[in-house]
Amino acid sequence: MPREKFTILRSPFVPLPVDNVDTDQIIPARFLKATTREGFGDNLFRDWRYLPDGSPNPDFVLNQPQYSGKILVAGKNFGSGSSREHAAWALYDYGFRVVVSSFFADIFRNNALNNGLLPVQVSPAFLEKLFKASEADPSTELEVNLPEQTITLLSTGESETFEINAYKKECLLNGYDDIDYLLNIQEKIIAFEKEHNK
Amino acid sequence: MEPKTLFDKVWDAHVVEHIPDGPDVLYIDRHLIHEVTSPQAFAGIERRGVPVHRPDRTVATADHNVPTVNQHLPIREELSRLQVEKLEENCRRHGITLYGLGHPYQGIVHVIGPELGLTQPGMTIVCGDSHTSTHGAFGSIAFGIGTSEVEMVLATQCILQPKPKKMRINVEGELGKGVTAKDIILYIISQISTSGGTGYFIEYAGSAIRSLSMEGRMTLCNMSIEMGARGGLIAPDEKTIEYVRGREFAPKGEEFERLAAEWLALATDEGAVFDREITFDASGIEPMITYGTNPGMGVGVTGRIPEPTGSEAEQASFMKALDYMGFKPGEAMLGKKIDYVFLGSCTNGRIEDLRAFASLVKGHRKADDVVAWIVPGSHQVERQAREEGLDKILKEAGFELRQPGCSACLAMNEDKIPAGKYSVSTSNRNFEGRQGPGARTLLASPLTAAAAAITGRITDPREFL
Repeated sequence: MPREKFTILRSPFVPLPVDNVDTDQIIPARFLKATTREGFGDNLFRDWRYLPDGSPNPDFVLNQPQYSGKILVAGKNFGSGSSREHAAWALYDYGFRVVVSSFFADIFRNNALNNGLLPVQVSPAFLEKLFKASEADPSTELEVNLPEQTITLLSTGESETFEINAYKKECLLNGYDDIDYLLNIQEKIIAFEKEHNK
Repeated sequence: MEPKTLFDKVWDAHVVEHIPDGPDVLYIDRHLIHEVTSPQAFAGIERRGVPVHRPDRTVATADHNVPTVNQHLPIREELSRLQVEKLEENCRRHGITLYGLGHPYQGIVHVIGPELGLTQPGMTIVCGDSHTSTHGAFGSIAFGIGTSEVEMVLATQCILQPKPKKMRINVEGELGKGVTAKDIILYIISQISTSGGTGYFIEYAGSAIRSLSMEGRMTLCNMSIEMGARGGLIAPDEKTIEYVRGREFAPKGEEFERLAAEWLALATDEGAVFDREITFDASGIEPMITYGTNPGMGVGVTGRIPEPTGSEAEQASFMKALDYMGFKPGEAMLGKKIDYVFLGSCTNGRIEDLRAFASLVKGHRKADDVVAWIVPGSHQVERQAREEGLDKILKEAGFELRQPGCSACLAMNEDKIPAGKYSVSTSNRNFEGRQGPGARTLLASPLTAAAAAITGRITDPREFL
């Protein structure tokens, strides 16, 4: 099913310098009761974003108007824990198209890629530079270039390359998804079932 | 022939196609589904106009959302009820077997798979739940998937997956008194961290692992994901065969004997190579407890909370976790007051866990100011517990058996720990808010949980053994 294509994104970013942001923080379990994919952005980082009385927590970065953009930059081991794809949906629904971290949990990485949300893994030193840059100037911008596999801090021109599996890159660039691929080889799957007595 | 690992043998036998520079197309033998991560997947295949490719390889249950009391009544919470109803509707429409509320086979998806014999050695098993790794205890490749992947498996019985790296963790030697599978896994995660297994599939081996019962092996494999590993597995042996034999959906007769021989041959060949190998000494493991907000933040129950170390960011994250827990570096864990005890979940909700808990509390009384929720992992576990008289032992000690479900492990139903309260929990995650907004979770074994329930404080369970 065609999705939004991803090529080059230029945007300011939202810094979240916390390690091990787990999927229960991204979207708490009590908000997983919907039966559609939409609307999860409202509860993104719910318990950090809102105080117990329901009012916005002024200390949380999403409530600080100087920070905005389609890129979230977070501490290492982002997305650990539950397999809930709702975490990727919530980030996407909120408006993020890229998450940058120095390390991603596996299931989150897959879920993000399956939803047009690009996980960009950078070195710990580069991540630190990004946090410092946004502290100095919250409007500082990043460029994420998928065809070239580069991420650039535009204020200084500092850049790093990032890894992405060639197949997944192709999917994102063209807006394909895995199910289209699998449905196209269905005959092969049926032959496999016959051959292996499945 | 080149020596192969258990993991390679099972994986390679399920590869339909390898995409150059891309993932493998992996065939899935068993797809388990539940109410929370499946509705959008069913909506997806319906939008595409494709049927469920193999409803006969798909089994559903309702577990995440269900109440653990009065299950005969309609679910009170509307959104939970709608999600469970949606599952019933989807299963009916697509011809999928559902063990829903009220069915004698209903229970936590990772408890019922093994007990019904749906889980068998050498299989590939997926479910939209990260603790699918539990089934690796049988020498199957089992891992959690996202909802887009659930949709893939519904539509094609296949999934696109890059082949992970392989790690072997050996635990050698004899376990001390009161040290359980839960303590082994909490110890391993405390040593290699919550991301130390990311990118790997783990084989657990060594004499201490072989000595574990199947229930213990499930507890161990269950928490593989808590160190970032997609899954963990253990080579099938005689214990595995005997556990599977005779179960409802296990093969029978001559076919079983033929398969059992195949299953035993799945063990990693001598000389097979792992990308990483670590060995731990079983005798160095104590009953464990966590003090922080990820499962890697654990110490021996007689230990102290460590001082922050590492980079500035790491220290800040560490202190943020302790702040949330209301703890300070250097404090002893023993004697800390607790408010709630939760026995249950796909980690420790099996019969052996209930037996362990009951054996420790027998002849004692629950502390008056502790609220305890004892939640069996399935109706079959509940029934067996009653048959064995565990419910009576628990009752005499002031505990009540509830009805099966995921319950306070993730608090999607009404079983929520109130903000600021301390919960000694046999579940798998101590993340902020996991057991309810503001709840403070201390992960431990059923024995350590039982000791805490009696004293109202963090207690060394060995004092009661």
